[in-house]
Amino acid sequence: MIYQPEIECMDRESMRELQGKRLVETVAWEYANVPLYRARMDEAGVKPQDIKGIDDLSKLPFTEKTDLRDEFPFGLLAAPRSEIVRIQGSSGTTGHPIVAGYTRGDVAVWQQMVARAMSAAGVTKDDIVQVAYGYGLFTGGLGAHQGATELGAMVIPMSAGNTQRQLMMMKELGTTVLCCTPSYAIYLGETAREMGLKPGVDLHLKSGCFGAEPWTEEMRQKLESLFEFDALDIYGLTEIAGPGVAFECMEKHGMHVNEDHVIVEVIDPKTGEQLPAGTPGELVFTTITKKGQPMIRYRTHDICTLDDSPCACGRSAIRMSRITGRTDDMLVIRGVNVFPSQIEGVLVGIEGVSPHYQLEVDRVNSTDTLAVNVELTEDMFSDTVSSVEAVRRKIAEQIKSVVGISAKINLVPPKSIPRSEGKAKRVIDKRNLH
Amino acid sequence: MMAYTVETGCIKQISVFLENKAGTLNEMLGVISGAGVNLLALCIADTTDFGIVRLIVAGHDVDKTLAALRAAGLIARETSIICLRVSHEPGAFARVLDLLADAGISIEYAYSFCRSTLEDALLIVRPSNLDLSLEVLGSNDVPLVTQRMVDEF
Repeated sequence: MIYQPEIECMDRESMRELQGKRLVETVAWEYANVPLYRARMDEAGVKPQDIKGIDDLSKLPFTEKTDLRDEFPFGLLAAPRSEIVRIQGSSGTTGHPIVAGYTRGDVAVWQQMVARAMSAAGVTKDDIVQVAYGYGLFTGGLGAHQGATELGAMVIPMSAGNTQRQLMMMKELGTTVLCCTPSYAIYLGETAREMGLKPGVDLHLKSGCFGAEPWTEEMRQKLESLFEFDALDIYGLTEIAGPGVAFECMEKHGMHVNEDHVIVEVIDPKTGEQLPAGTPGELVFTTITKKGQPMIRYRTHDICTLDDSPCACGRSAIRMSRITGRTDDMLVIRGVNVFPSQIEGVLVGIEGVSPHYQLEVDRVNSTDTLAVNVELTEDMFSDTVSSVEAVRRKIAEQIKSVVGISAKINLVPPKSIPRSEGKAKRVIDKRNLH
Repeated sequence: MMAYTVETGCIKQISVFLENKAGTLNEMLGVISGAGVNLLALCIADTTDFGIVRLIVAGHDVDKTLAALRAAGLIARETSIICLRVSHEPGAFARVLDLLADAGISIEYAYSFCRSTLEDALLIVRPSNLDLSLEVLGSNDVPLVTQRMVDEF
Protein backbone atom coordinates (compact mmCIF):
# COMPACT_ATOMS: atom_id res chain seq x y z
CA MET A 1 0.00 0.00 0.00
CA ILE A 2 1.21 3.47 -0.84
CA TYR A 3 0.57 5.84 2.04
CA GLN A 4 0.97 9.14 0.20
CA PRO A 5 0.82 8.38 -3.54
CA GLU A 6 0.76 12.08 -4.49
CA ILE A 7 4.31 12.34 -3.10
CA GLU A 8 5.63 8.81 -3.32
CA CYS A 9 4.65 8.45 -6.97
CA MET A 10 5.42 12.03 -8.02
CA ASP A 11 7.20 12.28 -11.38
CA ARG A 12 10.99 12.66 -11.04
CA GLU A 13 11.12 16.16 -12.50
CA SER A 14 8.50 17.57 -10.09
CA MET A 15 10.29 15.87 -7.22
CA ARG A 16 13.60 17.49 -8.19
CA GLU A 17 11.88 20.83 -8.33
CA LEU A 18 10.35 20.33 -4.89
CA GLN A 19 13.71 19.22 -3.52
CA GLY A 20 15.42 22.26 -5.02
CA LYS A 21 12.91 24.64 -3.46
CA ARG A 22 13.24 23.00 -0.04
CA LEU A 23 17.04 22.90 -0.32
CA VAL A 24 17.15 26.66 -0.89
CA GLU A 25 15.04 27.21 2.24
CA THR A 26 17.11 24.79 4.33
CA VAL A 27 20.43 26.35 3.32
CA ALA A 28 19.15 29.82 4.20
CA TRP A 29 17.86 28.55 7.57
CA GLU A 30 21.09 26.71 8.36
CA TYR A 31 23.30 29.65 7.30
CA ALA A 32 21.33 32.04 9.45
CA ASN A 33 21.26 29.87 12.57
CA VAL A 34 24.23 27.50 12.75
CA PRO A 35 27.59 29.27 13.18
CA LEU A 36 29.65 26.19 12.31
CA TYR A 37 27.96 25.67 8.98
CA ARG A 38 27.93 29.37 8.18
CA ALA A 39 31.70 29.48 8.75
CA ARG A 40 32.14 26.43 6.57
CA MET A 41 30.13 27.96 3.73
CA ASP A 42 32.04 31.23 4.05
CA GLU A 43 35.28 29.31 3.90
CA ALA A 44 34.11 27.54 0.75
CA GLY A 45 33.03 30.89 -0.70
CA VAL A 46 29.38 29.85 -1.01
CA LYS A 47 26.53 32.16 -0.05
CA PRO A 48 22.93 31.07 0.45
CA GLN A 49 21.95 33.04 -2.67
CA ASP A 50 24.33 30.86 -4.74
CA ILE A 51 22.03 27.91 -4.04
CA LYS A 52 19.17 28.23 -6.48
CA GLY A 53 18.15 24.64 -6.97
CA ILE A 54 19.17 21.04 -6.61
CA ASP A 55 21.93 21.33 -9.21
CA ASP A 56 23.78 23.62 -6.80
CA LEU A 57 23.89 20.95 -4.09
CA SER A 58 27.45 19.93 -4.93
CA LYS A 59 28.70 23.45 -4.17
CA LEU A 60 27.88 22.94 -0.49
CA PRO A 61 30.41 21.70 2.04
CA PHE A 62 29.91 18.39 3.82
CA THR A 63 28.86 17.78 7.41
CA GLU A 64 30.73 15.08 9.31
CA LYS A 65 29.92 12.90 12.30
CA THR A 66 32.80 14.58 14.13
CA ASP A 67 30.89 17.89 13.80
CA LEU A 68 28.11 16.41 15.94
CA ARG A 69 30.69 15.38 18.52
CA ASP A 70 32.53 18.72 18.47
CA GLU A 71 29.31 20.72 18.70
CA PHE A 72 27.77 18.42 21.32
CA PRO A 73 25.14 18.83 22.56
CA PHE A 74 23.35 21.84 21.05
CA GLY A 75 25.86 23.55 18.75
CA LEU A 76 24.15 22.37 15.56
CA LEU A 77 20.62 23.34 16.57
CA ALA A 78 19.14 25.72 14.03
CA ALA A 79 15.87 26.27 15.92
CA PRO A 80 15.60 27.99 19.30
CA ARG A 81 16.08 25.56 22.17
CA SER A 82 12.49 26.18 23.31
CA GLU A 83 11.19 24.76 20.02
CA ILE A 84 12.97 21.41 20.55
CA VAL A 85 10.57 18.76 21.83
CA ARG A 86 12.75 15.66 21.59
CA ILE A 87 16.33 14.47 21.84
CA GLN A 88 17.48 11.18 20.36
CA GLY A 89 21.01 9.94 20.30
CA SER A 90 23.49 7.33 19.22
CA SER A 91 27.10 6.56 19.85
CA GLY A 92 29.80 8.89 18.66
CA THR A 93 33.25 7.86 17.54
CA THR A 94 34.69 8.41 20.99
CA GLY A 95 33.53 8.69 24.59
CA HIS A 96 30.28 10.59 24.55
CA PRO A 97 27.22 10.08 22.39
CA ILE A 98 25.97 12.33 19.64
CA VAL A 99 22.49 13.79 19.92
CA ALA A 100 19.90 15.20 17.56
CA GLY A 101 17.21 17.71 18.51
CA TYR A 102 13.74 17.57 16.93
CA THR A 103 11.10 20.26 16.72
CA ARG A 104 7.45 19.22 16.84
CA GLY A 105 7.45 19.44 13.04
CA ASP A 106 10.59 17.29 12.77
CA VAL A 107 8.97 14.57 14.86
CA ALA A 108 5.93 14.71 12.58
CA VAL A 109 8.11 14.41 9.46
CA TRP A 110 9.97 11.43 10.91
CA GLN A 111 6.69 9.81 11.89
CA GLN A 112 5.39 10.26 8.36
CA MET A 113 8.49 8.66 6.88
CA VAL A 114 8.08 5.60 9.11
CA ALA A 115 4.36 5.47 8.32
CA ARG A 116 5.19 5.24 4.60
CA ALA A 117 7.65 2.41 5.33
CA MET A 118 5.10 0.51 7.37
CA SER A 119 2.38 1.11 4.84
CA ALA A 120 4.71 -0.44 2.24
CA ALA A 121 4.86 -3.45 4.57
CA GLY A 122 1.06 -3.60 4.47
CA VAL A 123 0.34 -2.03 7.86
CA THR A 124 -3.14 -0.53 8.31
CA LYS A 125 -5.28 0.47 11.27
CA ASP A 126 -6.35 -3.14 11.57
CA ASP A 127 -2.85 -4.34 12.37
CA ILE A 128 -1.19 -5.14 15.66
CA VAL A 129 2.39 -3.94 15.58
CA GLN A 130 4.86 -5.32 18.07
CA VAL A 131 7.82 -2.99 18.53
CA ALA A 132 10.80 -4.95 19.82
CA TYR A 133 13.38 -2.27 19.08
CA GLY A 134 14.80 -0.68 22.21
CA TYR A 135 12.98 2.43 23.42
CA GLY A 136 15.08 5.33 24.59
CA LEU A 137 17.71 7.55 23.02
CA PHE A 138 18.03 4.93 20.27
CA THR A 139 15.62 5.92 17.50
CA GLY A 140 14.37 2.39 16.73
CA GLY A 141 11.72 2.00 19.42
CA LEU A 142 10.06 5.41 19.35
CA GLY A 143 10.45 5.68 15.57
CA ALA A 144 8.55 2.48 14.86
CA HIS A 145 6.05 3.32 17.60
CA GLN A 146 5.16 6.70 16.08
CA GLY A 147 4.97 5.39 12.52
CA ALA A 148 2.57 2.63 13.49
CA THR A 149 0.53 5.08 15.56
CA GLU A 150 0.22 7.44 12.60
CA LEU A 151 -1.33 4.59 10.61
CA GLY A 152 -3.75 3.90 13.46
CA ALA A 153 -2.40 0.44 14.15
CA MET A 154 -2.47 -1.10 17.63
CA VAL A 155 1.05 -0.80 19.01
CA ILE A 156 2.56 -3.19 21.55
CA PRO A 157 5.58 -1.27 22.89
CA MET A 158 7.59 -4.28 24.06
CA SER A 159 11.07 -2.75 23.64
CA ALA A 160 13.98 -5.16 23.13
CA GLY A 161 14.70 -8.36 25.03
CA ASN A 162 12.69 -10.72 27.23
CA THR A 163 12.17 -13.19 24.41
CA GLN A 164 9.72 -15.55 26.12
CA ARG A 165 7.45 -12.65 26.98
CA GLN A 166 7.71 -11.25 23.45
CA LEU A 167 6.52 -14.57 22.04
CA MET A 168 3.77 -14.93 24.62
CA MET A 169 2.39 -11.49 23.67
CA MET A 170 2.86 -12.22 19.98
CA LYS A 171 0.70 -15.32 20.35
CA GLU A 172 -1.89 -14.07 22.85
CA LEU A 173 -2.47 -10.65 21.29
CA GLY A 174 -2.20 -11.88 17.73
CA THR A 175 0.62 -9.63 16.54
CA THR A 176 0.56 -9.15 12.76
CA VAL A 177 3.66 -7.00 12.24
CA LEU A 178 7.03 -7.23 13.97
CA CYS A 179 9.58 -4.39 14.15
CA CYS A 180 13.06 -5.06 15.53
CA THR A 181 16.62 -5.70 14.42
CA PRO A 182 16.85 -8.57 11.90
CA SER A 183 19.17 -10.58 14.11
CA TYR A 184 16.77 -10.36 17.04
CA ALA A 185 13.90 -11.32 14.74
CA ILE A 186 15.75 -14.49 13.78
CA TYR A 187 16.38 -15.21 17.43
CA LEU A 188 12.68 -14.74 18.16
CA GLY A 189 11.78 -17.00 15.24
CA GLU A 190 14.13 -19.75 16.32
CA THR A 191 12.94 -19.57 19.90
CA ALA A 192 9.32 -19.72 18.69
CA ARG A 193 10.13 -22.90 16.79
CA GLU A 194 11.80 -24.41 19.86
CA MET A 195 8.71 -23.58 21.91
CA GLY A 196 6.54 -25.31 19.32
CA LEU A 197 4.80 -22.09 18.19
CA LYS A 198 3.75 -22.56 14.56
CA PRO A 199 3.19 -19.82 11.99
CA GLY A 200 -0.41 -19.84 10.79
CA VAL A 201 -1.53 -21.71 13.92
CA ASP A 202 -0.08 -19.89 16.95
CA LEU A 203 1.56 -16.91 15.27
CA HIS A 204 -0.07 -14.70 12.68
CA LEU A 205 2.61 -12.32 11.43
CA LYS A 206 2.14 -10.98 7.93
CA SER A 207 5.23 -8.79 7.71
CA GLY A 208 8.11 -7.19 9.57
CA CYS A 209 10.22 -4.02 9.25
CA PHE A 210 13.80 -4.79 10.19
CA GLY A 211 16.66 -2.36 10.44
CA ALA A 212 19.29 -0.66 12.60
CA GLU A 213 21.95 -3.10 11.41
CA PRO A 214 23.12 -4.45 8.06
CA TRP A 215 21.63 -7.75 6.97
CA THR A 216 21.67 -10.04 3.99
CA GLU A 217 19.36 -11.75 1.50
CA GLU A 218 20.15 -15.06 3.24
CA MET A 219 18.86 -13.61 6.51
CA ARG A 220 15.69 -12.52 4.75
CA GLN A 221 15.10 -16.02 3.44
CA LYS A 222 15.71 -17.47 6.89
CA LEU A 223 13.33 -14.98 8.54
CA GLU A 224 10.63 -15.53 5.95
CA SER A 225 10.79 -19.28 6.40
CA LEU A 226 10.71 -18.97 10.20
CA PHE A 227 7.62 -16.75 10.33
CA GLU A 228 6.09 -17.32 6.87
CA PHE A 229 5.73 -13.60 6.24
CA ASP A 230 7.36 -10.73 4.31
CA ALA A 231 10.58 -9.40 5.86
CA LEU A 232 11.40 -5.86 4.72
CA ASP A 233 14.45 -3.69 5.24
CA ILE A 234 14.19 -0.20 6.72
CA TYR A 235 17.09 2.24 6.83
CA GLY A 236 17.79 5.32 8.84
CA LEU A 237 20.19 7.14 11.09
CA THR A 238 19.71 9.39 14.07
CA GLU A 239 21.62 12.25 12.47
CA ILE A 240 19.06 12.47 9.64
CA ALA A 241 15.85 11.42 11.46
CA GLY A 242 15.94 7.79 12.52
CA PRO A 243 14.48 4.72 10.82
CA GLY A 244 12.37 5.49 7.78
CA VAL A 245 14.85 7.55 5.78
CA ALA A 246 14.50 4.75 3.22
CA PHE A 247 12.46 1.58 3.14
CA GLU A 248 11.75 -1.50 1.06
CA CYS A 249 8.49 -2.12 -0.71
CA MET A 250 7.05 -5.58 -1.41
CA GLU A 251 9.24 -5.79 -4.52
CA LYS A 252 12.16 -6.29 -2.08
CA HIS A 253 14.56 -4.77 -4.53
CA GLY A 254 16.15 -1.73 -2.90
CA MET A 255 14.93 0.85 -0.39
CA HIS A 256 12.92 3.86 -1.56
CA VAL A 257 14.35 7.09 -0.20
CA ASN A 258 11.85 9.61 1.21
CA GLU A 259 13.07 12.19 -1.25
CA ASP A 260 10.64 14.95 -0.34
CA HIS A 261 12.34 15.06 3.09
CA VAL A 262 15.92 14.09 2.28
CA ILE A 263 18.15 14.43 -0.77
CA VAL A 264 20.37 11.41 -1.28
CA GLU A 265 23.71 11.44 -3.06
CA VAL A 266 26.39 8.83 -3.54
CA ILE A 267 29.90 10.26 -3.67
CA ASP A 268 33.42 9.07 -4.22
CA PRO A 269 34.66 8.93 -0.61
CA LYS A 270 38.12 10.11 -1.63
CA THR A 271 37.34 13.02 -3.97
CA GLY A 272 33.87 13.95 -2.72
CA GLU A 273 32.60 13.96 -6.33
CA GLN A 274 29.00 12.92 -6.96
CA LEU A 275 28.67 9.51 -8.60
CA PRO A 276 25.91 8.47 -11.02
CA ALA A 277 23.24 5.92 -10.08
CA GLY A 278 24.56 2.39 -10.38
CA THR A 279 28.05 3.24 -9.13
CA PRO A 280 28.82 2.25 -5.53
CA GLY A 281 30.07 4.99 -3.22
CA GLU A 282 29.47 6.75 0.08
CA LEU A 283 25.92 7.71 0.97
CA VAL A 284 25.35 11.39 1.71
CA PHE A 285 22.06 12.85 2.95
CA THR A 286 20.71 16.38 3.11
CA THR A 287 17.57 17.01 5.14
CA ILE A 288 15.25 19.50 3.47
CA THR A 289 12.29 19.73 5.83
CA LYS A 290 13.97 19.57 9.23
CA LYS A 291 14.13 22.72 11.35
CA GLY A 292 15.64 21.58 14.66
CA GLN A 293 18.94 20.13 13.53
CA PRO A 294 19.11 20.09 9.74
CA MET A 295 22.00 18.25 8.14
CA ILE A 296 23.50 19.44 4.89
CA ARG A 297 25.45 16.86 2.90
CA TYR A 298 25.93 14.60 5.89
CA ARG A 299 28.46 11.88 5.17
CA THR A 300 27.18 8.57 6.48
CA HIS A 301 30.30 6.51 5.67
CA ASP A 302 27.90 3.78 4.56
CA ILE A 303 28.65 2.35 1.13
CA CYS A 304 25.82 1.57 -1.24
CA THR A 305 24.50 2.00 -4.79
CA LEU A 306 21.52 4.04 -5.99
CA ASP A 307 18.98 2.78 -8.53
CA ASP A 308 16.78 5.33 -10.33
CA SER A 309 15.01 2.85 -12.59
CA PRO A 310 11.22 2.64 -12.20
CA CYS A 311 9.97 0.24 -9.52
CA ALA A 312 7.07 -2.15 -10.18
CA CYS A 313 5.38 -0.97 -6.98
CA GLY A 314 4.57 2.38 -8.59
CA ARG A 315 6.70 4.55 -6.31
CA SER A 316 8.97 6.89 -8.21
CA ALA A 317 11.41 7.48 -5.36
CA ILE A 318 15.01 6.49 -6.01
CA ARG A 319 16.12 3.27 -4.35
CA MET A 320 19.28 2.54 -2.39
CA SER A 321 20.82 -0.91 -2.20
CA ARG A 322 21.63 -2.70 1.02
CA ILE A 323 24.62 -1.21 2.79
CA THR A 324 27.57 -3.16 1.45
CA GLY A 325 30.28 -1.75 3.66
CA ARG A 326 31.74 1.24 5.48
CA THR A 327 34.38 3.79 4.55
CA ASP A 328 35.47 3.87 8.18
CA ASP A 329 35.89 1.16 10.80
CA MET A 330 32.45 1.50 12.44
CA LEU A 331 30.80 -1.77 13.43
CA VAL A 332 27.14 -2.32 14.09
CA ILE A 333 26.78 -4.77 16.96
CA ARG A 334 23.29 -5.71 18.14
CA GLY A 335 22.07 -2.53 16.48
CA VAL A 336 24.57 -0.33 18.34
CA ASN A 337 27.21 1.64 16.44
CA VAL A 338 30.64 0.78 17.78
CA PHE A 339 33.94 2.37 16.84
CA PRO A 340 37.16 0.57 17.75
CA SER A 341 38.47 3.97 18.90
CA GLN A 342 35.87 3.99 21.69
CA ILE A 343 37.21 0.70 23.05
CA GLU A 344 40.77 1.91 22.70
CA GLY A 345 39.83 5.01 24.68
CA VAL A 346 38.51 2.85 27.50
CA LEU A 347 41.62 0.66 27.60
CA VAL A 348 44.15 3.48 27.67
CA GLY A 349 42.13 5.06 30.45
CA ILE A 350 42.59 2.11 32.80
CA GLU A 351 45.91 2.07 34.60
CA GLY A 352 48.10 -0.95 33.94
CA VAL A 353 46.04 -2.10 30.98
CA SER A 354 47.79 -2.64 27.69
CA PRO A 355 46.43 -0.69 24.72
CA HIS A 356 47.02 -3.74 22.54
CA TYR A 357 43.64 -5.15 21.76
CA GLN A 358 41.63 -6.90 19.13
CA LEU A 359 37.87 -7.01 18.68
CA GLU A 360 36.22 -10.23 17.63
CA VAL A 361 32.68 -9.88 16.40
CA ASP A 362 30.61 -12.94 15.70
CA ARG A 363 27.02 -14.03 15.45
CA VAL A 364 26.08 -16.89 17.77
CA ASN A 365 22.47 -18.13 17.80
CA SER A 366 21.52 -15.10 15.69
CA THR A 367 22.87 -12.70 18.29
CA ASP A 368 25.95 -10.55 17.76
CA THR A 369 28.74 -11.15 20.21
CA LEU A 370 31.68 -8.89 20.94
CA ALA A 371 34.85 -10.23 22.47
CA VAL A 372 37.70 -7.89 23.31
CA ASN A 373 41.09 -9.54 23.50
CA VAL A 374 43.38 -7.52 25.74
CA GLU A 375 47.01 -8.28 26.34
CA LEU A 376 47.75 -8.84 29.99
CA THR A 377 50.59 -6.90 31.58
CA GLU A 378 52.46 -7.71 34.77
CA ASP A 379 50.79 -4.73 36.43
CA MET A 380 47.39 -6.30 35.85
CA PHE A 381 48.41 -9.74 36.99
CA SER A 382 48.63 -11.20 40.45
CA ASP A 383 48.57 -14.67 41.93
CA THR A 384 44.84 -14.79 42.73
CA VAL A 385 42.00 -15.55 40.35
CA SER A 386 39.81 -12.94 42.04
CA SER A 387 42.20 -10.09 41.26
CA VAL A 388 42.54 -11.09 37.60
CA GLU A 389 38.75 -11.41 37.38
CA ALA A 390 38.44 -7.95 38.92
CA VAL A 391 40.56 -6.50 36.09
CA ARG A 392 38.34 -8.19 33.54
CA ARG A 393 35.21 -6.96 35.23
CA LYS A 394 36.51 -3.41 35.37
CA ILE A 395 37.30 -3.39 31.64
CA ALA A 396 33.91 -4.93 30.80
CA GLU A 397 32.02 -2.42 32.97
CA GLN A 398 33.76 0.57 31.44
CA ILE A 399 33.19 -0.67 27.90
CA LYS A 400 29.54 -1.23 28.75
CA SER A 401 29.21 2.28 30.12
CA VAL A 402 31.00 4.02 27.23
CA VAL A 403 29.93 1.91 24.26
CA GLY A 404 26.61 0.67 25.60
CA ILE A 405 27.02 -3.02 24.92
CA SER A 406 28.32 -5.97 26.88
CA ALA A 407 31.61 -7.43 25.77
CA LYS A 408 33.43 -10.54 26.81
CA ILE A 409 36.95 -9.66 27.87
CA ASN A 410 39.64 -12.20 27.07
CA LEU A 411 42.97 -11.60 28.71
CA VAL A 412 45.71 -12.94 26.48
CA PRO A 413 49.47 -13.21 26.91
CA PRO A 414 51.62 -10.22 25.97
CA LYS A 415 52.57 -9.87 22.31
CA SER A 416 50.07 -12.54 21.31
CA ILE A 417 47.95 -10.07 19.33
CA PRO A 418 49.53 -9.79 15.89
CA ARG A 419 51.27 -6.51 15.08
CA SER A 420 51.22 -5.98 11.40
CA GLU A 421 53.60 -3.76 9.51
CA GLY A 422 51.03 -1.19 8.54
CA LYS A 423 47.60 -0.81 10.07
CA ALA A 424 46.98 -3.10 12.99
CA LYS A 425 44.25 -5.66 12.43
CA ARG A 426 42.01 -4.41 15.19
CA VAL A 427 38.80 -6.08 14.17
CA ILE A 428 37.93 -9.61 13.18
CA ASP A 429 34.34 -9.68 12.00
CA LYS A 430 33.21 -13.25 11.46
CA ARG A 431 29.58 -12.38 10.69
CA ASN A 432 29.86 -12.19 6.90
CA LEU A 433 27.21 -9.48 6.58
CA HIS A 434 27.91 -8.14 3.12
CA MET B 1 56.07 -16.62 71.10
CA MET B 2 57.66 -16.21 67.71
CA ALA B 3 57.96 -12.99 65.75
CA TYR B 4 57.69 -13.60 62.02
CA THR B 5 58.28 -11.02 59.33
CA VAL B 6 57.77 -11.35 55.60
CA GLU B 7 61.54 -11.97 55.36
CA THR B 8 61.71 -14.67 58.00
CA GLY B 9 58.23 -16.17 57.83
CA CYS B 10 57.43 -16.30 54.13
CA ILE B 11 58.63 -18.23 51.14
CA LYS B 12 58.72 -17.08 47.53
CA GLN B 13 56.20 -18.27 45.03
CA ILE B 14 56.08 -17.65 41.28
CA SER B 15 52.67 -17.20 39.60
CA VAL B 16 52.29 -17.59 35.85
CA PHE B 17 49.33 -16.59 33.69
CA LEU B 18 48.32 -19.19 31.11
CA GLU B 19 45.65 -19.12 28.46
CA ASN B 20 43.17 -21.97 28.59
CA LYS B 21 44.53 -23.65 25.50
CA ALA B 22 45.98 -27.06 24.82
CA GLY B 23 49.73 -27.18 25.32
CA THR B 24 50.25 -23.98 27.32
CA LEU B 25 51.18 -25.85 30.52
CA ASN B 26 53.61 -28.08 28.62
CA GLU B 27 55.17 -25.06 27.04
CA MET B 28 55.66 -23.39 30.39
CA LEU B 29 57.15 -26.54 31.94
CA GLY B 30 59.52 -26.74 28.98
CA VAL B 31 60.73 -23.22 29.68
CA ILE B 32 61.41 -24.09 33.33
CA SER B 33 63.20 -27.34 32.62
CA GLY B 34 65.14 -25.57 29.89
CA ALA B 35 66.44 -23.22 32.57
CA GLY B 36 67.57 -26.25 34.56
CA VAL B 37 65.14 -25.55 37.40
CA ASN B 38 63.47 -28.25 39.45
CA LEU B 39 59.92 -27.67 40.70
CA LEU B 40 59.27 -28.28 44.38
CA ALA B 41 55.52 -27.63 44.35
CA LEU B 42 52.89 -26.66 41.80
CA CYS B 43 49.25 -25.72 41.89
CA ILE B 44 46.93 -24.75 39.05
CA ALA B 45 43.89 -22.51 39.46
CA ASP B 46 41.68 -22.70 36.43
CA THR B 47 38.73 -20.64 35.26
CA THR B 48 36.82 -21.11 32.03
CA ASP B 49 39.08 -18.64 30.26
CA PHE B 50 42.49 -18.70 31.85
CA GLY B 51 44.66 -20.45 34.39
CA ILE B 52 47.10 -19.30 37.03
CA VAL B 53 49.94 -21.67 37.80
CA ARG B 54 51.72 -21.23 41.11
CA LEU B 55 55.17 -22.64 41.54
CA ILE B 56 57.66 -23.12 44.33
CA VAL B 57 61.31 -23.41 43.38
CA ALA B 58 64.49 -23.19 45.45
CA GLY B 59 65.30 -19.60 46.48
CA HIS B 60 68.38 -19.41 44.28
CA ASP B 61 66.29 -20.48 41.27
CA VAL B 62 63.62 -17.80 41.63
CA ASP B 63 65.24 -15.04 39.57
CA LYS B 64 66.45 -17.47 36.93
CA THR B 65 62.96 -18.95 36.59
CA LEU B 66 61.27 -15.55 36.33
CA ALA B 67 63.76 -14.41 33.70
CA ALA B 68 63.25 -17.56 31.62
CA LEU B 69 59.45 -17.29 31.80
CA ARG B 70 59.48 -13.61 30.81
CA ALA B 71 61.91 -14.25 28.00
CA ALA B 72 59.43 -16.81 26.69
CA GLY B 73 56.76 -14.10 26.59
CA LEU B 74 54.85 -15.25 29.66
CA ILE B 75 53.46 -13.09 32.40
CA ALA B 76 55.04 -14.13 35.71
CA ARG B 77 55.17 -12.57 39.12
CA GLU B 78 56.85 -13.27 42.41
CA THR B 79 54.79 -13.20 45.60
CA SER B 80 55.46 -14.01 49.23
CA ILE B 81 53.28 -16.67 50.77
CA ILE B 82 53.15 -18.61 53.98
CA CYS B 83 54.13 -22.25 54.25
CA LEU B 84 52.68 -23.89 57.36
CA ARG B 85 54.22 -26.87 59.01
CA VAL B 86 51.56 -28.93 60.78
CA SER B 87 51.63 -32.42 62.22
CA HIS B 88 50.40 -35.18 59.96
CA GLU B 89 47.12 -35.93 61.75
CA PRO B 90 43.42 -35.27 61.28
CA GLY B 91 42.38 -31.73 62.14
CA ALA B 92 45.86 -30.22 62.38
CA PHE B 93 45.48 -27.86 59.41
CA ALA B 94 41.97 -26.88 60.47
CA ARG B 95 43.20 -25.84 63.92
CA VAL B 96 45.68 -23.41 62.35
CA LEU B 97 43.07 -22.04 59.98
CA ASP B 98 40.76 -21.47 62.95
CA LEU B 99 43.35 -19.10 64.39
CA LEU B 100 43.36 -17.09 61.16
CA ALA B 101 39.60 -17.13 60.79
CA ASP B 102 39.21 -15.87 64.36
CA ALA B 103 41.36 -12.89 63.37
CA GLY B 104 39.06 -12.20 60.40
CA ILE B 105 41.57 -13.45 57.83
CA SER B 106 40.27 -15.35 54.84
CA ILE B 107 42.20 -17.78 52.68
CA GLU B 108 42.52 -16.92 48.99
CA TYR B 109 43.94 -20.34 48.16
CA ALA B 110 45.97 -23.17 49.70
CA TYR B 111 47.79 -26.19 48.42
CA SER B 112 50.06 -28.80 49.85
CA PHE B 113 53.77 -29.10 49.39
CA CYS B 114 54.48 -32.47 47.82
CA ARG B 115 58.12 -32.80 48.58
CA SER B 116 59.15 -33.11 52.16
CA THR B 117 61.67 -35.17 54.02
CA LEU B 118 59.98 -34.06 57.22
CA GLU B 119 57.45 -36.01 59.23
CA ASP B 120 55.07 -33.03 59.20
CA ALA B 121 52.67 -31.93 56.50
CA LEU B 122 53.54 -28.71 54.65
CA LEU B 123 50.77 -26.43 53.46
CA ILE B 124 51.07 -23.30 51.42
CA VAL B 125 48.54 -20.65 52.30
CA ARG B 126 47.72 -17.32 50.67
CA PRO B 127 45.88 -15.30 53.35
CA SER B 128 43.96 -12.12 52.66
CA ASN B 129 46.23 -10.23 55.06
CA LEU B 130 49.83 -11.39 55.11
CA ASP B 131 51.21 -9.22 57.94
CA LEU B 132 48.32 -9.94 60.28
CA SER B 133 48.56 -13.67 59.51
CA LEU B 134 52.25 -13.69 60.39
CA GLU B 135 51.45 -11.94 63.66
CA VAL B 136 48.67 -14.41 64.54
CA LEU B 137 50.74 -17.45 63.60
CA GLY B 138 53.76 -16.13 65.50
CA SER B 139 51.87 -15.37 68.67
CA ASN B 140 50.44 -18.91 68.60
CA ASP B 141 53.83 -20.46 67.95
CA VAL B 142 52.72 -22.13 64.71
CA PRO B 143 55.85 -23.42 62.99
CA LEU B 144 56.46 -22.11 59.49
CA VAL B 145 58.75 -23.34 56.77
CA THR B 146 61.33 -20.73 55.90
CA GLN B 147 62.91 -20.04 52.56
CA ARG B 148 66.14 -21.55 53.81
CA MET B 149 64.38 -24.81 54.65
CA VAL B 150 62.81 -24.88 51.18
CA ASP B 151 66.20 -24.40 49.59
CA GLU B 152 67.48 -27.46 51.45
CA PHE B 153 64.70 -29.79 50.36
